[in-house]
Amino acid sequence: MKLEKLIAMANQIGSFFEAMPDREQAIADIAGHLSRSWEPRMRQQILACLGTIDEEQLKPLVREALRRF
Amino acid sequence: MNAPQELQLGAARVGAGDTVTLEIDGIAVSVPAGTPLLRAAVAAGVMIPKLCDSRELKPFGSCRLCLVEVEGRKGYPSSCTTPAEAGMKVRTQSPQLAKLRRNVMELYISDHPLDCLTCAANGDCELQDMAGVVGLREVRYGMSGENHFTGAAKDESNPYFSYDPGKCIVCNRCVRACEETQGTFALTIAGRGFGSRVTAGQGGSFMDSDCVSCGACVKACPTATLVEKTVIDLGQAERSVNTTCAYCGVGCGFRAEVKGTQVLRMVPADAGRANEGHACVKGRFAWGYATHPDRITKPMIRAKISDPWREVSWEEALSHTAGEFRRIQAKHGTNSIGAIVSSRCTNEEDYLVQKLVRTAFGNNNVDTCARVCHSPTGYGLKQTLGESAGTQTFKSIEQADVIVVIGANPSDAHPVFASRLKRRVREGAQLIVIDPRAIDLVSSPHVRAAHHLQLRPGTNVAVLSAMAHVIVSENLVDAAFVAERCEARAYADWREFAARAENSPEALEAASGVPAAAVRAAARLYATGGNAAIYYGLGVTEHAQGSTAVIAIANLAMATGNVGREGVGVNPLRGQNNVQGSCDMGSFPHELPGYRHVSDTATRELFERDWGVPIQAEPGLRIPNMLDAALDGSFMGLYCQGEDPAQSDPDTRHVTAALSAMECVVVQDLFVNETAKYAHVFLPGASFLEKDGTFTNAERRISRVRRVMPPLAGKADWETTLALAKVLGYEMHYEHPSEIMDEIARLTPTFAGVSYDKLDRLGSIQWPCNEAAPEGTPTMHVDAFVRGKGRFLITQYVPTDEKVTRRFPLLLTTGRVLSQYNVGAQTRRTANTDFYAADLLEIHPHDAEERGIGEGDRVAIESRVGRTLLPATLTERVAPGVVYTTFHFPESGANVITTENSDWATNCPEYKVTAVQVSRSGGT
Repeated sequence: MKLEKLIAMANQIGSFFEAMPDREQAIADIAGHLSRSWEPRMRQQILACLGTIDEEQLKPLVREALRRF
Repeated sequence: MNAPQELQLGAARVGAGDTVTLEIDGIAVSVPAGTPLLRAAVAAGVMIPKLCDSRELKPFGSCRLCLVEVEGRKGYPSSCTTPAEAGMKVRTQSPQLAKLRRNVMELYISDHPLDCLTCAANGDCELQDMAGVVGLREVRYGMSGENHFTGAAKDESNPYFSYDPGKCIVCNRCVRACEETQGTFALTIAGRGFGSRVTAGQGGSFMDSDCVSCGACVKACPTATLVEKTVIDLGQAERSVNTTCAYCGVGCGFRAEVKGTQVLRMVPADAGRANEGHACVKGRFAWGYATHPDRITKPMIRAKISDPWREVSWEEALSHTAGEFRRIQAKHGTNSIGAIVSSRCTNEEDYLVQKLVRTAFGNNNVDTCARVCHSPTGYGLKQTLGESAGTQTFKSIEQADVIVVIGANPSDAHPVFASRLKRRVREGAQLIVIDPRAIDLVSSPHVRAAHHLQLRPGTNVAVLSAMAHVIVSENLVDAAFVAERCEARAYADWREFAARAENSPEALEAASGVPAAAVRAAARLYATGGNAAIYYGLGVTEHAQGSTAVIAIANLAMATGNVGREGVGVNPLRGQNNVQGSCDMGSFPHELPGYRHVSDTATRELFERDWGVPIQAEPGLRIPNMLDAALDGSFMGLYCQGEDPAQSDPDTRHVTAALSAMECVVVQDLFVNETAKYAHVFLPGASFLEKDGTFTNAERRISRVRRVMPPLAGKADWETTLALAKVLGYEMHYEHPSEIMDEIARLTPTFAGVSYDKLDRLGSIQWPCNEAAPEGTPTMHVDAFVRGKGRFLITQYVPTDEKVTRRFPLLLTTGRVLSQYNVGAQTRRTANTDFYAADLLEIHPHDAEERGIGEGDRVAIESRVGRTLLPATLTERVAPGVVYTTFHFPESGANVITTENSDWATNCPEYKVTAVQVSRSGGT
């Protein structure tokens, strides 16, 4: 799958949860959403890109959430 | 076997007063005060002759046939208009009454053609019946007098029914049905005395009038004045079968009237709780597709999609499929194949396909076409209220004081529900419409919305958040409800969010285009106008923020205490007949039946024990993910039952590229649809008339689908899935769909009390149906939310990435029309094309003028992903800057231009917002 698309989808998820007042909870909810709704190969692909791409493409909370896998 | 026709009892309306006891022909009967005597007589087992009365209509009192005598009163009142009172002594039979009734019948018959033996209504004519009942033996006025209108031309303009003014007895039932039942007001009685006749519109033909061909007038007609052309051609039925419509999510009950294996007509069932005897042009008349010559009745295979199809036996088609799927899995891995479940198929068929995937395929790659319509409903309502379903019955709207319709167009897409809605508005309920387009409900006969918030496509969340701001900042919250029923901390967070100045109607006006004052007025009305109910459709869900909008709707309902009783609630209007059911049946890649996540060990173990195989604990691929994975070579085989992603899914070029990349695409359908052009195996499907099962409508109402005729291809869809499972080495043992439902009930708590026996006994059941609610649950969340406490969630408005630019300055949004249905595979193969034969592009006259576009001009519509051509129609229904089209005809290519953008939570496509440019086309 196209990595840019996965990044865009992850950032969309981040946009919803970043409005929550509890940052820790928001990060956990992003991770939970990715875990509960993304098929493993999608998660693996986006996790594999950490460290290999300009991580500024990912919203900060999404970066945090991905690091918790 | 059922009787061919339904008994017309008449005067169904029962009074609302205290129970009173009266005597009818010496029989004591107790009824609510105010009940018409005609109806009270039915309770006493007494049938009073009648002609102008009909059970679905208000008493009218014109035919003078239902006269009775009431002790102590002068004259002969009509029993349909005389309310029951305590102590009344009523006589329905006396020599004087008999004489009066015969006199009345003489007058009717003296002006009615006596062609009974060759009349289409012979055997189903109330006039004929009543002549017999009153003992008519002579007509003193003779038969040779002027027979008014018998020489007048019949109106044959409607493709489905005929109007013969010569047979009309001017009972007004058709006119009243059009007004009271349908709410269109297309008919009237023109002229006076003998010159009186039913007239459509301004005196032209039915087709030239506002008639919407719902058939209510035809059903109400007691003679052959308005009669189905199929009955004229084929005669009366031999038997009837009670079943459920396979079009929209209203789920109307129908009586299929049949001769041999041939359907003669579909008559809306009075006992159908979703429709209570009403129908629309699709369910009532557009069923001929089932026997259309285009039906494919033999399995077909081909090695390459460029090869011609080759007809083969079922055995060869299925073993070829199994061989291909196993070959692909051996080459690309267990997770390289999957299936798409249809929201058109039955619950039992949907359950079987997901079971096939989880057992024989060994993965969770199963998704339903609900992915591309209402998946955000599932997510949003589960997160906030705790259950992925609407909260009410359709009938609940009769208790609503304020009705909000957002992102839905019920008079086109859910017409039978729209009739209920319009009736309630005529009774005084206030209507708020939130839609980029001036749908019919904004202003139609005797219906006018109090507020039309004509927002820009893509800004639902902005408007809903602004309404929340008004409710919070003006102290309109139902504080007691929130304190008792909702999570305190989540509410406090939401309240703080909603109160922010950035969420005020004034701050969001620039984004939404809706004047702040209008938003404030609508919010105040919603919060303070009494029982307030929200109805929404794909105009809410098919957005990048679809799930957020559903959450925002639930927030509004909780904040104002509009959940948990009749007349209120959050009501998704489901697009297809079994969207709710396909979701309930575990057709999602992350959920087993009953919305239980695949990661839940206890649930998985329950199914593993029953099915005898391990189930993966990780979610599978959604439809858009399957397509993406096909293009990267990791998803190579698809079993697609009753769904047409090549026409219905966004960005057609992407979809067809993905289908072309797969090594084995299996399509199971009635017709060679657009997806079948990319298929290697075609398995013939069966229409709803050819199988047993159940559908679940938007009210969570489970209704029986009953076989009316044998499957044309020899197999119902559930039998095909069973056969495929068997050749894949996983045998399932069911003799009848009732046994599948028994398994569903055994494994799914919300269906625990459902069985075919109970459905036959009760007619239909709204889930949850279990020990706590053995006959089902009409209203949800009554004392507590399913999740315990209601959960507010913050709904930050995030503008869509699909922005207008100088190159793409207009926003395209999409929808459907009354006479066509989704991709049109069914309705395009009926005479409904007489009403709508091609998709059109609606464009505002100002935008058209700027581009030199005139009415009917062929225009090019270009988006960032594609280009298509459509005829233009100029209308102020759309605001400047917005264009609109439907997607019923494949040649229109509406989805060639829609993009891959999707909802953040569910990947439901953003069909409703596409930036485009429109220009005159030379036809290229």
